[in-house]
Amino acid sequence: MSALTFLIVALIKIAITLGVLLTVVAYTVWLERKVVGRMQNRWGPSRVGPFGLLQPLADGIKFLLKEDLTPPYVEKNIYLLAPGLALIMALTSIALVPIGPVIHLFGISTPVQITGVVDAAGQPSDINVGLLIVLGITSLGVYGIALAGWSSNSKYSLLGSLRASAQMVSYEVSLGLSLVGVLLMSSTLSLSGIVHAQQSTWFGVIPQWFLFRGQFVAFFIYMIAAFAETNRIPFDLPEAETELVAGYHTEYSAMKFAMFFMAEYANMVTVACIASVMFLGGWTGPTISFLPLAVQAFLPLVWFTAKIFFFLFLYIWIRGTLPRFRYDQLMAFGWKFLFPLALANVIVTAFFVAWRA
Amino acid sequence: MWGFRALRARAGHTAGVPYAMPQNYIPIFVFLLVAFAVAAGTLLVATIVRPRNPEKVKGMAYECGIEVQEGSRKRYTVRFYIVAILFVIFDVETIFLFPWAVQFKQLGAYGFVEMIVFLGILVLGYLWVWKKGALEWI
Repeated sequence: MSALTFLIVALIKIAITLGVLLTVVAYTVWLERKVVGRMQNRWGPSRVGPFGLLQPLADGIKFLLKEDLTPPYVEKNIYLLAPGLALIMALTSIALVPIGPVIHLFGISTPVQITGVVDAAGQPSDINVGLLIVLGITSLGVYGIALAGWSSNSKYSLLGSLRASAQMVSYEVSLGLSLVGVLLMSSTLSLSGIVHAQQSTWFGVIPQWFLFRGQFVAFFIYMIAAFAETNRIPFDLPEAETELVAGYHTEYSAMKFAMFFMAEYANMVTVACIASVMFLGGWTGPTISFLPLAVQAFLPLVWFTAKIFFFLFLYIWIRGTLPRFRYDQLMAFGWKFLFPLALANVIVTAFFVAWRA
Repeated sequence: MWGFRALRARAGHTAGVPYAMPQNYIPIFVFLLVAFAVAAGTLLVATIVRPRNPEKVKGMAYECGIEVQEGSRKRYTVRFYIVAILFVIFDVETIFLFPWAVQFKQLGAYGFVEMIVFLGILVLGYLWVWKKGALEWI
């Protein structure tokens, strides 16, 4: 593949992925409002379009047309940088996620993954430190929130961003540790390599996902830490509206506020992607042999979408169910329960892997 | 010592594990540029179409309706600093675990014992921090 073809293929993949991601983000908001509405015996959005399906579009137009206030005493540059940083970092981590296997189109073979390429032998490969890069990019999202709160020069913003930073760094430790168990079994940091390690099945029925190979404790730790990382209920202390108005984005309005909003939902999608790649086998799933080949080619994408949808629905479901933690409970839970549990999981997994070898 | 030898012997080939070429990294930077363009583009469009009539009262910091009393950049509780320090210590430990976990099957029992010692020291520090009350939030 020449350099030009490589660049064009990469650009096409980026355009499609980014378009799908932004659409998913917009419709997750719709889904959340609809599902939480039904859980509370309301209809949710129902006026704009059938079932309120055009609501995200209407929201977008409204965000564009609203007056964008920049209070005179903020740190202008940082105030502008913060939402951009949050959004860019939230979007970029999707570039590392393997969405599907190798596809062949117009004489070009390429994996459905932005950073994936096919080597001379026809084998797919991607960055061998993919997971580290994803963790690094998502960690940079903390800066968006911390800078937003500091530059706003408002008490609520500052307290919200301090809380958010402390919470996110606390749970990041457990999040990283929970993934070590999977790495012990897969022996690779490459995300597509991790998916390949989970491809086979027991008796042709039960998939050999790491969740079923003994990593269920790690899965729960990861999910809890991920909820805290994305500032979602029950860990939405940074924007606890009863005490902090809106937390770190109190002073933001119009499009800049929308960017924080999109960043939060894009982060949810990323976390769901990583969870399904690490624990639920990514795009792997049963093949249905009686379907025509053209339909079968799309099955991996269907399985991946189904897993992402499951996680997004879980987010909404928990939002409709649980109340909010208190801040001391949150910190105690993260440091005194989740962290030792994650450490114990690493040691136990290492012991069993060494035992079998 | 033999841990190193095992690593070097394995460095030549890793069966089934895909190798990365530098060109894999290019799409990430392209993606960064595109994401930046999306963010900047929406802000630019918003600047063109949105109304603009600033007022003194609109520009005040939000304090639930009352006038702003004093600036916000003041001292805050030292707990946040302690959490930041704890994060640096324990997250660096976590990052140390990553390469160990990837090479674990090659390192074998030696790697296991080595890491138990390492984690033992970490857990000692953790218990000390707990006993000192750095994990309490009051």
